[in-house]
Amino acid sequence: MPTVNIAGKDIEVDEEGYLTNLADWNEEVAAYLAKEEKVEMTDSHWEVVNFLREYYNEYQIAPAIRVLTKAIAKKLGPDKGNNKYLYELFPYGPAKQACKIAGLPKPTGCI
Amino acid sequence: MAAPEFEVPQFKEQIEIPKIREGSMSHVKSFVSPQPTQEFLGYPWELGEDWKERALFKMGDLLKKYRSLRVFMDACVHCGACTDKCHYYLGSADPKNMPVARQELMRKVYRRYFTLPGKIAPWLVGAEELTKETLEDWYSYYHQCSECRRCSVFCPYGIDTAEITMAGREILNYAGMGQKYSNEILTKVQKIGNNLGLPGPALEDTLAGLEEDIEADTGVPVKLPMDVKGAEILLVTPSADFFSEPHVESLIGYAKVFHAAGASWTLSSYASEAGNFGLFNGNYETMRKVALRIRDAALELGVKRIIVGECGHAWRVAYSFWNTLTGIGFDGKDPFSIELQQQLDHRYPQPMHICEYTWDLIQQGRLKLDPSANDDKIITYHDSCNVARASRMGDEPGGQFTIPRNIIKAVANNFHDMAAETIGEATFCCGGGGGVLTDDLIELRVKGAYPRMNALNNVVQEENVNFMATICAICKAQFTKVLPYYGFDRSMVGGVHQLVSAAIKLD
Repeated sequence: MPTVNIAGKDIEVDEEGYLTNLADWNEEVAAYLAKEEKVEMTDSHWEVVNFLREYYNEYQIAPAIRVLTKAIAKKLGPDKGNNKYLYELFPYGPAKQACKIAGLPKPTGCI
Repeated sequence: MAAPEFEVPQFKEQIEIPKIREGSMSHVKSFVSPQPTQEFLGYPWELGEDWKERALFKMGDLLKKYRSLRVFMDACVHCGACTDKCHYYLGSADPKNMPVARQELMRKVYRRYFTLPGKIAPWLVGAEELTKETLEDWYSYYHQCSECRRCSVFCPYGIDTAEITMAGREILNYAGMGQKYSNEILTKVQKIGNNLGLPGPALEDTLAGLEEDIEADTGVPVKLPMDVKGAEILLVTPSADFFSEPHVESLIGYAKVFHAAGASWTLSSYASEAGNFGLFNGNYETMRKVALRIRDAALELGVKRIIVGECGHAWRVAYSFWNTLTGIGFDGKDPFSIELQQQLDHRYPQPMHICEYTWDLIQQGRLKLDPSANDDKIITYHDSCNVARASRMGDEPGGQFTIPRNIIKAVANNFHDMAAETIGEATFCCGGGGGVLTDDLIELRVKGAYPRMNALNNVVQEENVNFMATICAICKAQFTKVLPYYGFDRSMVGGVHQLVSAAIKLD
């Protein structure tokens, strides 16, 4: 497995740059992964990333898109609780890009 | 993953056959499957010293097991009818993506080891040794075929390229070179119950949330029941329907249809996946194991009917293979097969496609529909390859083409088909089917979508089409990703039951 060096620590990632070990994640690592993805992290991005991690801790999977948009709508208002808003934040697709920055495994399947 | 840079094909009034560009796609390689996944599926995870013996053994094994494969190896006369029929060739211009050339990668090895002239005088008959380079080529180009079978429609001998691709992938797996994307999915579906790896509690939470949404939207308490013993209908649908946009809109549509019909139905957390990637990999045993989960869930829940949601290859497996995989055709003496057949209600087709179910209800006048609810849309329909060329619906020939279109016309006022040579039996693949719907193959997916995107662009220009409906989870995910490369909005694609969902009036 390849590794990346973040703040002096070697961290294992897969071929696509997803963290291999969930426990390696911290905000510094997230910032590094975001930079690799050319995503500039704002408070709105952190809201999504933090929610993904909370949900994953409970269910061992990233939230379905409807679950995510609903949670965002509750927190940030109904105008932001939609797929379009998430794509604005994570242009390569919220499911994959946001998961990667949140240190979660890549969702697979017909998505 | 930041998108890699490559050239996106330009729209033309008519698709032109491109001048060949040799090796233009040889750099495109899917990630190789890692050790834990290969181990779980019973394959080695790297090429050992005996890789060649293993590959040739498996090839011989498949040639013996599948007479069709041997016929396809022998029958080709290189007439070239297939060359310009493949969306990957039309979009990439790499000559190895001409179906005949992709097959030739295996055929030249077949001649060398399995035919007399090839053994005696290989140089006379174009027979070649199996080398690591050839195996690498197999890995590249057998993952640049979506097994859509468009070329087979035009082949005068009916050679099924998909079957050759499937055999190629099985040989590669057996030698120690599996594909990460498909094999990880095959592991998750067997360990967790679906391709996404959604555990039961997450599924439950997701369904509860959807029930809330539907009620907030319509004022009607439409349910999405799971694991209900004694329900009449078991719905199996691709797990993307629970997870993604636009897929989830169709799931809501199915639920509304069941509600309107007053049906007793359930989903299963054990068999929460209709898709079966075992088909793509050409391993019958794996395909069977995945299919057995659905039979076991049906027996456990005691359902009378099995209905399949919007998923192309799931419907192919259900319609064409379930009988011999897990049903009475598998083994007339198998007690579970017999039990299931006795349990099912044979007044209905088993299995049934959700489109057949909805269309029956529409014909009986049992759904209240307001087509004007879809008046913001001018709709076209993309036939998904596995539905179009490997299955049927209803009891009329061509029902798999007419039934989804009839539903659309019943729930919406504006419909225009794309050009005749790009739909129906001659439909172009979305570019992401057959186990290539992965980010590491994005260049292939964008280029392979070109013929479909070009046909779509023509109806967008001429008829102002702004929505393309389809009944396959892979097609939906693929188009959501590639539409923007061609200047279209990603929300332009959606399911047939997404349209039903908008038009249906509930009490």
